[in-house]
Formats: sequence, C-alpha cells, structure tokens
Amino acid sequence: MSAVVCEAVCRTFHQGDALITGLDHVSLEIQPGEFLCLSGPSGSGKTTLLNAIGALDTPDGGEITVGGQRLGSLSRAELAELRLRRIGFVFQAYNLIPVLTARENVEFVMQVQGLSAARRRAVADEMLAAVGLAGLEERRPAQLSGGQQQRVAVARAVASGPDLVLADEPTANLDSHSSAHLMDLFEQLNGERGVTFVIATHDPGVMGYARRLVRMLDGRVVADEAQTPQRMAHE
Amino acid sequence: MNLTWVLAWRNLWRHRRRTWLTVGAMLFCNVLLVFLISLQLGSYQVMIDNSLALFSGHLQVQQADYRADQRLRDTVPQVTALAEEMRGQLDAVGVAARGQAFALASSEERSFGIQITGVQPAYEPLVSSLPGLVAQGRYLQPDDSDAIVVGAVLARNLRVAPGDALTFIGSGRDGSIAAGIATVVGILDSGIPEVDRGMAQVPLAWFQDVFAMGEAGHAVVVRMAHLEQVQAAVATTRGLLPAEENLAVLDWDALQPGLRQAIQSDMASAWFMYAVLILLVAFSVLNTQLMSVMERTHEFGVMLALGLGPGRLARLVAMETMLLSLLGLALGLLCGALLVAYLSVAGFTYPGMEELAARFNMAGRIYPEFSVVALTWGPLVVFVFCLLAAIYPALSLFRLAPVSAMRAAR
Ligand SMILES: Nc1ncnc2c1ncn2[C@@H]1O[C@H](COP(=O)(O)OP(=O)(O)O)[C@@H](O)[C@H]1O
Ligand SMILES: [Mg+2]
Repeated sequence: MSAVVCEAVCRTFHQGDALITGLDHVSLEIQPGEFLCLSGPSGSGKTTLLNAIGALDTPDGGEITVGGQRLGSLSRAELAELRLRRIGFVFQAYNLIPVLTARENVEFVMQVQGLSAARRRAVADEMLAAVGLAGLEERRPAQLSGGQQQRVAVARAVASGPDLVLADEPTANLDSHSSAHLMDLFEQLNGERGVTFVIATHDPGVMGYARRLVRMLDGRVVADEAQTPQRMAHE
Repeated sequence: MNLTWVLAWRNLWRHRRRTWLTVGAMLFCNVLLVFLISLQLGSYQVMIDNSLALFSGHLQVQQADYRADQRLRDTVPQVTALAEEMRGQLDAVGVAARGQAFALASSEERSFGIQITGVQPAYEPLVSSLPGLVAQGRYLQPDDSDAIVVGAVLARNLRVAPGDALTFIGSGRDGSIAAGIATVVGILDSGIPEVDRGMAQVPLAWFQDVFAMGEAGHAVVVRMAHLEQVQAAVATTRGLLPAEENLAVLDWDALQPGLRQAIQSDMASAWFMYAVLILLVAFSVLNTQLMSVMERTHEFGVMLALGLGPGRLARLVAMETMLLSLLGLALGLLCGALLVAYLSVAGFTYPGMEELAARFNMAGRIYPEFSVVALTWGPLVVFVFCLLAAIYPALSLFRLAPVSAMRAAR
C-alpha cells in the first residue's frame, strides 16, 4: 500500500476577485520509506501540497489518500486524529511551544496521544538524545539556537511514532552547517525507522539528500525523478 | 504532572503585568464586594436594632386581637406580674409593661388627639430609647404619679412646657369617661415628627387608675441583647403565658412589617450595583483572555497541525482562565477576610455618623457581619462570571483553521 496517493489534486485561492492557482491537477504516489524532496521556486505550490497531504487544508478537486485513508471521507475530528497518530510536521520556524522545555515539547504530543508519564518521558529523552540534544532537555526554545530548535521539532515529529513526516522548508532559517546537521538527522531517521519523509525546499543542498526529487512549477509537477543522494559538506 | 496544567499556568505568566492587572481587578472587586456585603448585612442589624430600640422592642406579649384594632378592652391581665415573671425567666436587657389608650389632650390654648402610653418608669428606659431623648425637663421617675412627658412637636402644638398642666379626656375600659390632669415634667425629641407629634407617656399605675384598667395593660415589651436571641425568647415566653388567656407573642417582624420590606428593597438596589461591578470585572477577564488567544494564533495553528482538536485548545484556555480566576478568588478571600475581621472588631464609621447617632440615642458604629455568606458570596460569584468569560475566547478557537492560523504573524 502506498504511503500517499494524490490524484489530480487542485487547489484554488480567492484573493479579492482574483483566482490564484495553488495546485493544478497534481498526481503523485509516494511509497513507504521514501525520502522525497519537493523542489521548485517560491510560489510553485510546495506548501500547498504539503498542507493538503497533511490534512491541514482541503483541496477543492481530486483525491488524497494517506496510509490507505481517503482524506475527503474523514470528519474534522478524524483528520485531527490522523495528524496526531500518523503524521509528523516540521515547519520552517516557530514550531515549538515557547513556555515548555525541550523535553516537555516532545512529551506534549505523546500526552495528547495518551501515553503514561513515565513512558513519554523515556521516549522524549531517547529522541532528544537521538537528535543530539542530550543534556539540553530542560532548556526552553528561547535558550536554544535555531538549529537546536529545529532538532527539537524533529524529535517531537518522530517521537509520536508517525509513518510520515512532512517538513516545509525546515532549513530555511538555518546556516549551512545546521542545515547539513538536520538533513543528516532526517536521513538517519529515515534509514533506522523507515519513516517516510517528504521535504519541501528550494535549497539545492537539501535537494541533494533526496533519493527522489519532485520539481514543481505554477502548481504543477514538472519533473519527478530518482537520484543518487549527495550529502552536504560540513564546513 | 499533567502537562496541560503546566502549560496553562506558564501561559498565564507570559504577560506578567497583564495577568497581575487582571488579578488585581478581580482582587479589588472581591475585596470591595466582601466589604460592602459585610457592611450591608451589618448595617441591617443596626437598622433593625435602632428601629426596634426606639419603641417596639424585639418582642411583645399582647392580647391576640389587640394588634389589629388596638381596642382598649383587648388587654393583658396582671400585666406587671407577667412582666416581672418574664424578667426572671428571660435573659433580656429589659422587660417592661405598658398600657395604651387614645385621648383628647388639652392645654389652656389647644386640644389634640394623642396616644397616651402608661409605662413603668423604672423599666421603660431598658426597652426603649425614647426616655433617653429628653430635650427639656426630665423623664418619668418611679415615684411619679400624675406626671406626663410629651413629644416635642405635640408640646409645640399644645404650647406647653415643663410645669404646665395638661388635661385629657377619653373613655375607660368599662365605657365610663376617663379624665385626668397631669403635669408636664419633660419633653422628648426623637427627631421623627410622626413620633413626636402624638406621643405622651404617663406612669402605668396612674394610667390604670384613670382608664379603669385594674391590674391589666396592653403589652409586655422585651428587648434582647442580640437579634439572634429573639426566636428563643419567643419560645420561652410562650411557655410562660397562661393558657386560658388569648395572648400572643409577636416578634419584631410582626411588630414592624415595613422593616423587612425596607431591607429587601435596599438589597435589590445593592444587588444591581454588585452585578454591574461583577460584569465589569468579567469583561476585563474576557478582554485579557481574548487578547491572549488572538496573539497566540500561530501557536494554536501549530498545535492544531500536531493533531490537537479545537476542543483541547478550548480546554487549555478554560484552564488558564480558571487558574487566573482562582488566583483572584484566593487573594480576594484572604484580603477581604482580613479587612472584615479587622472592621468587625474596630467597627466602621464615617464622618458625622457618630454625632448623628449620639443625637438620636443610637449605635454610632457599624460592625460588619463576619459571616461565611458575607465573605464568600461576592468572590464566588465573581469567580463563576470570570469562568463564563472564557466561553467566548474558547469558542473562537473552533473557527480556527490550521493553515490560516499558522500564516498569522507571530
Ligand atoms: N491562503 C492563501 N491565499 C491566497 N493565495 C495563496 C494562499 N496560500 C497560497 N497561496 C498562493 O498559492 C501559490 C502557491 O503557494 P505556496 O504553496 O505557498 O508556494 P511555495 O510553498 O512553493 O512557495 C502562491 O501563488 C501563493 O501566493
Ligand atoms: Mg512554501
């Protein structure tokens, strides 16, 4: 079973009288365990597609299936449940709840999932160690660098045990060293845990990590090809 | 520890000053309510006491039909003996027998209809504040016989002063003509024209003589130390009454039905003011919580994306409001209790009140009522209304779409 299937997905935005095309008949199939980059210039529809796959936004045409569930047939509560249990998100920035510590941020989703306090603490510390933040569990987001914050967000996205992680420009606010670090982490989690990654970016360095690169332009998929991953240099 | 409570608590302190200002508004409102309600309940005590102290006392024994028609023949037999017995049985401040009749009073120049009261000069000052309000001359003394004290307005109308003679004519209990001449020994000024216009007091023994009452009178008046003792005193008194006589024990509410009504209408207008105060505070909480929700739109968008339902976000806002309101409640109760505890010992007065009270022979200080009701009623209602103020901000979260929320500026 495919992890994600998009069939002729359309999304049009109304801005005043103008109609803006966000997605124009996008069809895409993603297999479990893939490491895929969505690339394309700004405004090409990457975010719109990720939001549609992540059940954050409802397309006005076409059909999206995630983990075998057709999003169009689910209620609002069922969509929330799907996001809670099967999808992890990493956004460009400001992913974290500022008044919670790194550990509490990771624990929070697990609490909502209903895990016991002891279990979620153990998982949170294990995940923070896995993303290289052992010893910083008690820090609040404001006491962490941008790269560290993004890694907390990754730890949180993966800790809840999703099949699919959607990352929208996760390195846009990071320097190249932190970017490389974060991409190494994604690749490692993809390899070790078999989590499917879909990463939207217009950073060529990030695209290099992808085993499959999907190019978008004006809301359409214009290229879709497999490639040999190429890591960024850590300068 | 539940992370949602931790989150709610820390969220409160993201804007320390704003939170303290809101808590401060609740605190102020709570202390004001505690103070006003305690004072209000306390002043009702004073109002009741003052009004009963003037003449009617806390309870009276009368012939069962006397209250309705005030007929001379509806008497309490052996009235001084009954008063004496009650004096022994009740732990009262004072117990006094009275007789009452209507008569036409004439001076050399004029005549007026008056109510003439026969009193026991030794005991009357213990049940009524009128004897303490002598403006000229003196009050009646135990060995007085044909002496009379009259109200200030009546004295003016009759143009009499202490030393002048006053004639009165009425009918006795047996239907005979009752007539007497008494010497004015004092003039009483209660400051209440209705009282001062028709009041005249003579010694009870002489009254019984003139009106052919024998040993009978019309009332035994009792004054207790505290209003709370009245119900027990009523019960005790009932046990003392001879069964064969048609006698009734009336408590203050039966003696002065207007009093309770006056208090109730005063309460109604006070409640209106309190309601306005409470709504103002609730709106300040509503404002705070609405601002705090709106400025966190992006954050709530992220939480929705993580898979939290809007219900969970609404619960978070409700918890924050509850913590905020609990803080206001706890501090309000504490400060309110301290204030009222102090005032219930020290008393409360305002400029001029003590002089005024002394002038009318009344209590000059109000002692706020230190009771659970007076203490908790206001703050609890404030608490409930502040919780209700969370409804609108919380409901607004159900309209939040994750994508547009996350597009909101942080
Ligand atoms: N909420 C919206 N309202 C109006 N236009 C939008 C909205 N979201 C996206 N768009 C438009 O849709 C197009 C695709 O945007 P987006 O998916 O954000 O592109 P990308 O992420 O590739 O930069 C752009 O032209 C953008 O202006
Ligand atoms: Mg984008």
